[in-house]
Amino acid sequence: MTPAVDLRGITKAFPGVLANIDIHFSAEEGEIHGLLGENGAGKTVLMSILYGLYRPDEGKILVKGEEVAMDSPAKAMRLGIGMVHQHFMLVPSLTVAENIILGREPKKKGVLLDENKMLEQVRAFCELYRLDVDLEAPVYTLSVGVQQRVEILKALYRGADILILDEPTAVLTPPEVEELFRAVRALKDEGKTVIFISHKLREVLAICDRITVLKRGRVVGTVDADKTDLGQLAEMMVGREIVYTFDMEPCEAETTVLSVEGLEATDDRGLPALRGVELRVCASEIVGLAGVEGNGQTELVEVLMGLRRATGGRILLGESDITTTPPDERIKAGISHIPEDRHKWGLIEGFTVLENLILGSHRNPRFTGRGGSIDFKEATKYSEELVRDYSIQTPNINTPAGHLSGGTQQRLIVAREFSRQPRLIIASQPTRGLDIGATEYVRGKLVEMRDRGSAVLLVSADLDEIWALSDRIAVIYEGRIVSFKDPEETNEQELGLLMASGKVD
Amino acid sequence: MTKKSDTASSADAGAGGKFLVLSPGLSMIGTQLVAILMAFIVGAIILKMTGYSPLEAYGAMLRGAFGDVYGIGQTFTQATPIIFTALAFLFAFKSGLFNIGAEGQFLVGALAAALVGISFNGLPAFLHVPLALLAGALAGGLWGFIPALLKTKFGAHEVITTMMLSYVALYLTGYMVNYPFKAPGWVAQTVPIAPSAELPRILPPTQLSASIFVAGLLTIGIQYVLRKTAFGFEIRATGLNPNAAQNAGIDVDRRLILALVVSGAIAGLGGSGEILGVHRRFIEAFSPGYGWDGLAVALVGGNNPYGALLAAVLFGALRSGGMVMTRATGVPLDIIFLLRALVILFVAAPTLIRSLLRRGGLRW
Repeated sequence: MTPAVDLRGITKAFPGVLANIDIHFSAEEGEIHGLLGENGAGKTVLMSILYGLYRPDEGKILVKGEEVAMDSPAKAMRLGIGMVHQHFMLVPSLTVAENIILGREPKKKGVLLDENKMLEQVRAFCELYRLDVDLEAPVYTLSVGVQQRVEILKALYRGADILILDEPTAVLTPPEVEELFRAVRALKDEGKTVIFISHKLREVLAICDRITVLKRGRVVGTVDADKTDLGQLAEMMVGREIVYTFDMEPCEAETTVLSVEGLEATDDRGLPALRGVELRVCASEIVGLAGVEGNGQTELVEVLMGLRRATGGRILLGESDITTTPPDERIKAGISHIPEDRHKWGLIEGFTVLENLILGSHRNPRFTGRGGSIDFKEATKYSEELVRDYSIQTPNINTPAGHLSGGTQQRLIVAREFSRQPRLIIASQPTRGLDIGATEYVRGKLVEMRDRGSAVLLVSADLDEIWALSDRIAVIYEGRIVSFKDPEETNEQELGLLMASGKVD
Repeated sequence: MTKKSDTASSADAGAGGKFLVLSPGLSMIGTQLVAILMAFIVGAIILKMTGYSPLEAYGAMLRGAFGDVYGIGQTFTQATPIIFTALAFLFAFKSGLFNIGAEGQFLVGALAAALVGISFNGLPAFLHVPLALLAGALAGGLWGFIPALLKTKFGAHEVITTMMLSYVALYLTGYMVNYPFKAPGWVAQTVPIAPSAELPRILPPTQLSASIFVAGLLTIGIQYVLRKTAFGFEIRATGLNPNAAQNAGIDVDRRLILALVVSGAIAGLGGSGEILGVHRRFIEAFSPGYGWDGLAVALVGGNNPYGALLAAVLFGALRSGGMVMTRATGVPLDIIFLLRALVILFVAAPTLIRSLLRRGGLRW
């Protein structure tokens, strides 16, 4: 049988990052095909290529056996491909029915909107796919789950028989997820092809027929859902490929630098994200926090940095309780942070290299005297030192940080954070999106800081990284640390299971 | 493969970087000058089409604005209040806030200065003038504090609140000079301020007052604060990327509040200068829209304090030169408003185009 979609050898590069590398992917008609991988693995890029938003650098796209040049979403739609994005594209003040027909309005006498025909058509669609929506309600009155249904209806109305759902469950509550799954199964029964993008293992396992796993832009493999399990998927998704080794002095973890006791916090929607985290990181120790994304890692880091309020428990830095200490005080007390999203949290692209390098320590007496003026001579000296010591490839220190490549930007952040002689380093996905050279550099620096006595909490979705660098591995699952492991005494299988289900069965 | 592309891209950054490091300032000035030139060219075409001689009209305008001491005095008199309101807009803008309520902050500042100028009779001038200016700055600052608080505590958008508070200020000051502080007579105004509160006129018979010095010093001061101090550093960090600023330990909300308070205070100081130096009493609705002009001037000045200063002088020259042009050549004064609008239009358009290009480029 000809597959509904067949992607052959897709490669796509963005400045500094290879997003897709020689990807082969095909989905059959009437199949629910899961596309699994961590953030940044290249799932969304691949599907955006299929939907005509990006052109691939290499590779072919076949739709129903025909090779096509997918140059725009309009073309994709004509070929029966629909995509529901993570962020909905609905007009809030229009009704559901109006949103669905937008751009393809049924007309009478050529100009007038045929309202009855519109409602009739749309209603027929809803019944066919068992999607229950109040057609005359304005979209802004609807819950997120219902809005998503409207997006799906919109795609179907435009004649989609291949439907791409990009992280559809990310914004949904558990009952809404159930409803979505019912709708997706109904689509399958009608012979539609659904491509389901997700990083949630359980969900893809529950809904998909086959699952393709991506990691760092490459296909790890495609498996039948009924012939695999959580452990195998977790292993594929984050498992080891290349082994980096570092010469690490054996650590004598004696002085506790960070202790976290019964820490609780909620996520942006107000739902519990941390449910009593217990954690201890000592001087000269790297603790790797392993877990499938979305199990509270982001919230934990934010609470530790003072960017999110703890709703329970406490955080101790050395002997002192910093649970309610403001972020600037924590930085002064010796916490450094390599944030997960460097563009959003790590640096200011409109600032120069110099300005970014002193950001956060700009109030330090070394740079700012009593009068409140910054000593730019001193800052220049300092920046030039850092640029040299950390080999930051920049024309000069007055270059805007936004002009640097991704790897160089990360070096800049590393230079800024590590040069403060931190007691504690919180490194969040420190090598995500970096090429091999930059990755090794950052990892090497982390080890160096550990050897010099810093405590390091390494949060990473990359199990290789955790494995290569950690003195101890902590596994986080649903907002709790479920296990501590010695990397010498555990294996992928065990970690995979812990990450996927919180226990070893 | 990745390694290779990485070095290639950083080499690009090297070559392009140097060019770009040098150019933002220069290319900005270039763009603004071209825009102003374009405005005058289009203005000339319109003049020609309506049967006037562009050369004569512009000549008269230039003579009027800069031809003699009187003209220069008038030009700078007109420019003075707009320098303040432009700086006010600019300062808030650096923190990422859109303070379009300089008009209101200007008015409450003016009234506060007038009231202090009326009271405290017998105070020596070296105390009375600073006191009145301070009162104006405080009142303007308060008018900036309200929307700042509404924004950080309740998420009310500052564009709405600052604009609405401008109307509150207009009618509040109107009420004050119609009722509690009304001077005897038909006009809605206060009694004159005490001579000890007057800012000296520096170029009689024009109304140019020492307020221009305050404006000049403030321009230098604001550039210094933004570029050289830790506070300015934090303001700019907040404006460019509030997330990264917060991550670096900067209390973003507090910076936003301070930025808007300072912004309001600058506008309030401008209003005070007008009262103490030019009008010498508060007259209802005496501002012909200096607050709104400030927004345009900040834009034309490329959101740089010195640029704003120059742009304010341009706007002042259009006002003072326009009068002379009308008298000498019979060209209607409307051409001045047309020219102003054209300048703003041309300045806004390339910015728009550039920002579109930039965004398109960044989005891969």
